[in-house]
Amino acid sequence: MEILMSLLIGVIFMSATYLMLSKSLLRIIVGTGLLSHGVHLLLLTMGGLKRGAAPLLGQQAEAYTDPLPQALILTAIVISFGITALFLVVAYRSYQELGTDNMELMRGKEGNE
Amino acid sequence: MNSLITLPLLIPFFTAIILIFFAKNIPVQRWIATIGSVLTIIAAISLATTVYTNGIQTMNLSNWEAPFGITLVSDMLSALLVVTTSLIAFVCLLYSFKSIGKEREKYYYYPVFFFLILGVNGAFTTGDIFNMFVFFEVMLMASYVLLVLGGMKIQLRETIKYLLVNVISSALFVIAVGYLYSIVGTLNMAHISVRLHELGQSGIVTVIAVLFLIVFGIKGAIFPLYFWLPGSYYAPPAPVMALFGALLTKVGVYSITRTYTLFFTQDVGYTHELLEILSIITIVIGVIGAIAYSDVKKIIIYNIIVAVGVILFGVATLTTEALTGSIFYLIHDMIIKAALFLLIGIMIKIAGSSNLKDMGGLIHRYPGLAWTYFIAALTLGGIPPLSGFMGKVLIVRSGFEAGNYWGAGIVLLSSLFVLFSVMKIFINGFWGEAREYSQKEKQPVKWLLTAPVILTICAVLYGLGTEAIYPIISTAAETLSNPEIYIKAVLKE
Repeated sequence: MEILMSLLIGVIFMSATYLMLSKSLLRIIVGTGLLSHGVHLLLLTMGGLKRGAAPLLGQQAEAYTDPLPQALILTAIVISFGITALFLVVAYRSYQELGTDNMELMRGKEGNE
Repeated sequence: MNSLITLPLLIPFFTAIILIFFAKNIPVQRWIATIGSVLTIIAAISLATTVYTNGIQTMNLSNWEAPFGITLVSDMLSALLVVTTSLIAFVCLLYSFKSIGKEREKYYYYPVFFFLILGVNGAFTTGDIFNMFVFFEVMLMASYVLLVLGGMKIQLRETIKYLLVNVISSALFVIAVGYLYSIVGTLNMAHISVRLHELGQSGIVTVIAVLFLIVFGIKGAIFPLYFWLPGSYYAPPAPVMALFGALLTKVGVYSITRTYTLFFTQDVGYTHELLEILSIITIVIGVIGAIAYSDVKKIIIYNIIVAVGVILFGVATLTTEALTGSIFYLIHDMIIKAALFLLIGIMIKIAGSSNLKDMGGLIHRYPGLAWTYFIAALTLGGIPPLSGFMGKVLIVRSGFEAGNYWGAGIVLLSSLFVLFSVMKIFINGFWGEAREYSQKEKQPVKWLLTAPVILTICAVLYGLGTEAIYPIISTAAETLSNPEIYIKAVLKE
């Protein structure tokens, strides 16, 4: 199971890298979204995918799944959600101000215009 | 009380929250911000004295025993860095009052400012690797907002690049933490260190060490990963630039120092040699940039990169003496970089341009500014009675002792070029004929000048009082070169 997940995560990282190297800003943001999905799946996989009950004590099971990676993922999800929201708004503002979403055109001489 | 350790985090946090409620009332905001900042300095200094007299302070949040809960750890190094951060924050705040402008102040400049301080102080004091990621994000999120606040074209453009680079490096950080967790099964830094030493030398640990170097190298701008820094630091206004230049990259440097002295000491032949080579190239790149430009901002920005290289060269040598030198240089560099950014901020305000060709003859009308800059420049170059000297001496000497003649030689030579680059600003900016701006009214710069003057005085005192400060710094280096002290303090074995 872990091997299958690793392959999947690898494909996600590959697509994210490809998208982030493209010219259009929106593609780049889609790439960062994919990247964070890959990262969260990786955390889950690295914690181990052994069988066990959901980490709720009410389940009365013999073995539970590892609760720590789930807490880490939850934290990482909200953080990347906040950053993605900011990134999208900055992208929207810069489309209004700069009039382009092409990264090739977003340069200035020596950093000043 | 051990809860003293939380005060440098809680005070900026609550100050920021209170400030949100008074967004439109600028005088009230300024007062609250000043009070919060002064309280942070007091808390940080009392924390540092406690650490110096009683040894490493730790605090288990919610009373969970060490490896299971989040532990805050304040050893001498992090206490010193927290003190320096609070001081720089206070000075940048003073400078902001007169320079940042009403519009930015109304739109939550001060709350975000304090969230940045919270993130930096938190990253210095945490003892948990995932908690460090969270504090990194607090710091970065605040820095995104400070960078884009104002919404000028250049800011928007550079924020996109800065955001993208940091989103990627944060993702890599989580990946690195995930790999590390799958090997050692713990997140507490002291406990990770114990488990890694039980594991001994293994290939996968070296891979993770290099991954951490990449992650923190992007934050701290080391050689192949520095590319985002010159553009991004060019965009924001002067006090924000001073905060970024003094604090943000240094958090990356601190994290490399921490992980490479606490975790990854098994395969020193590979990891630390890699760090050494990269730091030397970083110095060379920084020097090339610093002497190439005739734009004052760019010159100081490339000097950040040089300093990062010098500090990491000391860390890579990994002797107590070299680490002492690195810590000396780290604190000196934080103070003096903030001072220099604030000074060139004033120069740009007077001349209306950041290009050296538009300046000249400033010394006739602004002698105070000129001589402060002169002293700050000499301090950066490392002229003996001033503060840049001692750190570099220790780094260079231990480099020679370790037989690394090339590296130490390049560190020595870099001082010369650094001095040349900042003196170029002095000679072309302050001497010579006065340019166009001289027809304009003389600008009131007294208030703005107090901020860098405070920092320059601190730097001079730091240099003159080397004898008094040395025992404190060597205590900090002792903890770094002997991870057992740190582990014992945290795990209470």
